[in-house]
Amino acid sequence: MTNNRSWIPYLLILPSVAFLALLFIVPLLQTIWLAFSDNGVPSPANAQRMMADINFTRSIKNTFLLTIAVVPVQLAIALVMGTMVAKVGRGRETILWVWTIPLGISDLAAGLVWLSILQNSGYFNSLLLGLGVLERQASWLSYQTPVALFFAIAVAEIWRGTAIVMVIIVAGLNQVPREFKEAAEIFGAGAWTRFWRITLPLIRPALQSALILRTVLAFEVFAVVYALGGRNFPVLVGEAYNWQNQNQNYGVAAAYAVLIMIISLAATLIYLKAIKVDPERLP
Amino acid sequence: MANIVIDRIRKSFGTFEALKEVSLTINDGEFVSLLGPSGCGKTTLLRIIAGLETSTSGDVLIGGKSVIGLPPKERGLAMVFQNYAVFPHMTVYENVAFGLRMQKADDARVKAQVEKAAGLLHIEQYLDRYPNKLSGGQRQRVAVARALAVEPKVLLMDEPLSNLDALLRLEMRAELKTVLQSAGTTTIYVTHDQTEAMGLSDRIAVMHNGVVEQVGTPVDVYNYPATRFVGGFIGNPPMNFIKVPVTNGQVAAGSEPLTAPEETGNEVILGLRGEAVQLAPLPLGLEMKVRVAEPMGSHLLLTGSIHDQPVRVVLPSSETVRSGDVIGLKLDPNRITWLSPESGKSFPAATA
Repeated sequence: MTNNRSWIPYLLILPSVAFLALLFIVPLLQTIWLAFSDNGVPSPANAQRMMADINFTRSIKNTFLLTIAVVPVQLAIALVMGTMVAKVGRGRETILWVWTIPLGISDLAAGLVWLSILQNSGYFNSLLLGLGVLERQASWLSYQTPVALFFAIAVAEIWRGTAIVMVIIVAGLNQVPREFKEAAEIFGAGAWTRFWRITLPLIRPALQSALILRTVLAFEVFAVVYALGGRNFPVLVGEAYNWQNQNQNYGVAAAYAVLIMIISLAATLIYLKAIKVDPERLP
Repeated sequence: MANIVIDRIRKSFGTFEALKEVSLTINDGEFVSLLGPSGCGKTTLLRIIAGLETSTSGDVLIGGKSVIGLPPKERGLAMVFQNYAVFPHMTVYENVAFGLRMQKADDARVKAQVEKAAGLLHIEQYLDRYPNKLSGGQRQRVAVARALAVEPKVLLMDEPLSNLDALLRLEMRAELKTVLQSAGTTTIYVTHDQTEAMGLSDRIAVMHNGVVEQVGTPVDVYNYPATRFVGGFIGNPPMNFIKVPVTNGQVAAGSEPLTAPEETGNEVILGLRGEAVQLAPLPLGLEMKVRVAEPMGSHLLLTGSIHDQPVRVVLPSSETVRSGDVIGLKLDPNRITWLSPESGKSFPAATA
């Protein structure tokens, strides 16, 4: 009887397979072809042109620096937030809700919010002038102040992207039964030891997912950078955008897209290796 | 040397009073069970002793020293949790060693203590495995070994056997008793299972609605329940409570009337253990209408009524009684508990 119906599972996943094939795999293959072909013949010309570009090295350096600066801070903040909210009884939901508001704001809007704070006539300068710290408006986002610009972009990215890490971490923390922490406490572990020796190892799956997701998103950073720094702070996706729209060169844009995908995949593999999740060692 | 004195502990959660002035003294080396139905406050009391919960008022002294306000690790105790709380990311060895590691014990001592505790609980062959590879019973052994490895002054156990299946529970019960007797640790054991409490304890504290109803040896608590609740909670079948009329200080029960306590009025509640009866010819014994007779092999269980009130009694399996019979029962006057119909409390034993 069941033999007659063996095609049903395949039928059930058919829509999603078709959806994926149409909207993900086909464009992916097209992009790869676009990147590695020239006038319909395979060619490394686009990749070569990409690498020869003046902004190529800078954009790679900026993207990596930003990722290295932003992701660990976001993880640390998310862990602190998750640990804090775990101790809250009433009002926990409200706090979580407020904390996740940045999730609902588009990255361009977030960039514009920070622009209104940090631009020459922005709130930050007004505050500093009002307090008498500055005598005249300072510029934070120009090419002459690369450190301040980097710092501003990093802060804006941290503000915008920490919530998703926190959501994953909180979900992970909720999976850890209270008894583990209580047992550790009974047997003499202080709060710090409990966190390092009990909580962190037990939320490895959440840490892994959060890091992968957040790092891949960090490599794709664009709108916040564009709003705050414009072309003063080239990043990989920004370059892809410029080649696509300003230069109308779809081949080089595709080469950037493929490069970003390779970096993201590599980062994911590294995390999968580095933070091994052994189901045997989970609650 | 660590006795435990629980002095007028109260605990409220909002308007709900979980513990209403509980006092209890546990002697050094004694095994005391906190027995009661769920929600009676027994686990809350244990957690207050452990330092995982704060009391609203009252004091807890361990070894003569007040521990209120001290963190758990400074109370010199170990605990076994209901769901074991064995750390899944550590090997069995590291689990058992956890308390010692936290005390910064040197490796030689850790090794010696872990091997000793593992030997006591027969888990030597699992020391390098991870707990998820173990069965529930084995994990329970790891949890107990972890607690014993630190050689605590006081051992707290929160329903440690309730997650095991019935057969394993029986086996672990006997083993726990052997291990703890040789360790001589002062132990508080929380359970809702009366057979566990009866089998393991030196003394039982029966709790109900945040109050300790009775403290005593298992046999005393069984034979002389202080309240109707205790009699009904302990024993299988539970104690029978039959409201009987009192005339001239006596209660009619077949040919030999029973002497009721002097304090009684016109009525008294006769608390009767199901097995404290003998079959007797009808005019000589108290009349019981048998509704159902169940031969259980080891005994004969009868369900029916005396004075139109439901009772369950147990007779030797050699007797033959059929459903629907009317029989006579001779009561053992030394094993009767008289209770006040108003307060539900028992009168002091009539023989005294």
